[in-house]
Amino acid sequence: MDDGTDTRTDTRMDTGMDIGIDKDVCIGAGQCALTAPDVFTQDDDGYSTLRSGREDGGGSPLLREAARACPVGAITVSERVG
Amino acid sequence: MTDTDTTTDPEATRSVAFPQDRTCPYHPPAAYDPLRAGRPLSRVTLFDGRPAWLVTGHTLARRLLVDQRLSSDRTRDGFPATSRRLAEVRARKVALLGVDDPEHRTQRKMVLPEFTLRRATALRPRIRQIVDERLDAMIAQGAPADLVPAFALPVPSMVICALLGVPYSDHEFFEEQSRRLLRGPLPADVREARDRLESYLGELIDSKRTSPGDGLLDDLIRDRLDEGEIDREQLVSFAVILLIAGHETTANMISLGTYTLLENPGRLAELRADPALLPGAVEELMRMLSIADGLLRTATEDIEAEGQTIRAGDGVVFSTSVINRDETVYPEPDALDWHRPARHHVAFGFGIHQCLGQNLARAELEIALGALFERLPTLRLAVPAREIPHKPGDTIQGMLELPVAW
Repeated sequence: MDDGTDTRTDTRMDTGMDIGIDKDVCIGAGQCALTAPDVFTQDDDGYSTLRSGREDGGGSPLLREAARACPVGAITVSERVG
Repeated sequence: MTDTDTTTDPEATRSVAFPQDRTCPYHPPAAYDPLRAGRPLSRVTLFDGRPAWLVTGHTLARRLLVDQRLSSDRTRDGFPATSRRLAEVRARKVALLGVDDPEHRTQRKMVLPEFTLRRATALRPRIRQIVDERLDAMIAQGAPADLVPAFALPVPSMVICALLGVPYSDHEFFEEQSRRLLRGPLPADVREARDRLESYLGELIDSKRTSPGDGLLDDLIRDRLDEGEIDREQLVSFAVILLIAGHETTANMISLGTYTLLENPGRLAELRADPALLPGAVEELMRMLSIADGLLRTATEDIEAEGQTIRAGDGVVFSTSVINRDETVYPEPDALDWHRPARHHVAFGFGIHQCLGQNLARAELEIALGALFERLPTLRLAVPAREIPHKPGDTIQGMLELPVAW
């Protein structure tokens, strides 16, 4: 759960990021797609999905902002290990 | 107060009354200052003397608005009605915004595809066309004009009509019922307005079943009603909410946004000089104006927050205007600043009920405000600002009139 304490804007993403979208929680508000349109979009039903080829975030500096913008905490972002 | 309520919380006797009327239409009432200076969770007194919790801190609001132990069901005991009008009509269920999960999720899913960011983007040319037509008509009529009926109300009204498949020719009827539904003044106004809207939309749905159009209501008839997934009553309930929420809120943002820009000429000049600031400006105006000031919930279980216990059955009110001016999140919160990252405001709500139409609203506001000031560079208030009436505190905030000249 995003508690508002994470304000990092880490742009060093050489190894890519692990992005999780909980589709059972997503309400299709579109906040992720609005915040980081290069990475997130909405599928035909309106729910959040990753753009193809951007599953690792594509180095977007707005990933964490997009996760924080989600009104239901459906998005998790973590640094890929290894 | 006539009835003596012996159960009244002693603390409530010295707590702030909520809601109160704004003095400046784009600032929270000065009487809320103690709430802004204090803890993120306070006690307030509602119109009927009952106490309720008021959430004023940004971090706490984001935490509690996603907490499923807070219900949006207005029919629950303890629901913190903020006006006599609302208290007397709350027994009637309201679709989408008045239901909890899992029912809410099922309802939202049915209409969601029409309200995606992509759909809002696709509607932009149509919105621009509507905006230009209204401005053409207003300019042809000549100054002065009341911007509310000439522009602020018809633009979103036409957009939601096109989206839903409701004939705009009926706008005087449904705008009037919508006004009564949201502002009364009497509870009877609210009940009658809702009855009339329901029978109007019910008849519209019946006629669409024999001669379909191409709006969202037509899609819902074909995909959900005819398939037996929802009944006529449910579809009517959807239609009422979508029609009202689709035009009233945006209309208020256009009128109050225009007033705010005209009263802040430095910021307006900045915006005119660099139209690329517009999306950020709309976000900042959303934060600053917080027109839906008072999101209402009822606790279904005890909830610990800020060292206090919100008891099951307690009413919880979220003051978006105060939350959106939390200075730990927004430095110099009372200043309009197009360059600040305003995006995490809660003006559209937060949690599962966050505004379904927010992407459409953003598109409408960008286009309407952008075109208004682009086409009328000399736009100004036609009377002194203090003489222009705005809406009372117990409803969606906005201007009752907005006399302008150019």
